[in-house]
Amino acid sequence: MHDIRKLNVMENVMDENDHIAEHVREHMGAHGVLIVNEMGAPGVGKTTTLKNIIERLQIAKPFVIEGDIESDLDTKDLNSLGIAAYQINTFGACHLDAPMIDHKIDEMDFDLEDKERGILFIENIGNLVCPAEFTIGEHVLMLIATVTEGSDKPYKYPLAFEKADIILINKVDLIPYLDFDEEFFMKGVRALNKTAPVFKVSGKTGEGYAEVAAWLEGRAAALDIHEHHHGHGDDEHHHHHHE
Amino acid sequence: MHEYPITEQIIKICSQHCAEAKADKVVSVSLVVGDYSGCVGESIQMYFDIISEGTPCESAKLKIKRVKPKLKCPACGEFFERAPMSFACPKCGVDGEPTEIGKEFYIEEIEVE
Repeated sequence: MHDIRKLNVMENVMDENDHIAEHVREHMGAHGVLIVNEMGAPGVGKTTTLKNIIERLQIAKPFVIEGDIESDLDTKDLNSLGIAAYQINTFGACHLDAPMIDHKIDEMDFDLEDKERGILFIENIGNLVCPAEFTIGEHVLMLIATVTEGSDKPYKYPLAFEKADIILINKVDLIPYLDFDEEFFMKGVRALNKTAPVFKVSGKTGEGYAEVAAWLEGRAAALDIHEHHHGHGDDEHHHHHHE
Repeated sequence: MHEYPITEQIIKICSQHCAEAKADKVVSVSLVVGDYSGCVGESIQMYFDIISEGTPCESAKLKIKRVKPKLKCPACGEFFERAPMSFACPKCGVDGEPTEIGKEFYIEEIEVE
């Protein structure tokens, strides 16, 4: 009985992650919370961008999960500004995955009033490669590019640009000092992605962020929410604290 | 870097299929990996040998089929691999659009005994 048999498997290796991501996306969306997965290389201004957007939100209540390999400096920084920020440390891993987010949102209190909308910003690990490959349950993948990185980035990191739902070009206040070729950059972006809006922003001057905040709030307002009475998330997977 | 948890997942799926087929061990695993799946075949192989110890997958042979990403030309319909720093179609010069080719990451089949 030691015959070798072939078994047809045809199973995606990422299925488990993708199922959990789908659950997170549906669950939070149904409770009026838009999830924004923020992705960008180290030093593009991911935390600065979050601060700038959050300052300009008109209606939605902000929440933040900071993903870092180590340290909680950004979380402390955001908490000191009165922003509800929570930390995930991956201790070496190069991206966040859906199970990490699923566990973290269990610990968080999304105290929204009826019909109120929230936006959960998740700052992914500084990296343009791996975070593009793992969905974490986001409704919106927000890519931060900068004029300082050079205009060839869509050609070198195509997957990140292909998958983005919104693209920010940060540090535009530095354009006079650089040779950023916007036409070449945009040609690459549009070859990969016909639909994502592109916003020019500056973390230094704050320009452009009001438009980004308004776009995200539009997406949050468009969520198909179910009635949420006082709490939220008391389905089979989530047990939040209730007043 | 992230191939470790992914390889654990591969071994978990293969071991399940092996048990369901009431077989004793996995002899080989055929994996299809697109270049844009984010997984490096060599790293999976390295982790596979370590993680599979003591599982039904121990000493199984890993066969990896790589798939190169292809763009599709919206003008002439050509599927092509892009040249560095360009998305242009080699036939007509129009910028190609992304396709699902090259993003595959699945276990095609396993051999068990």
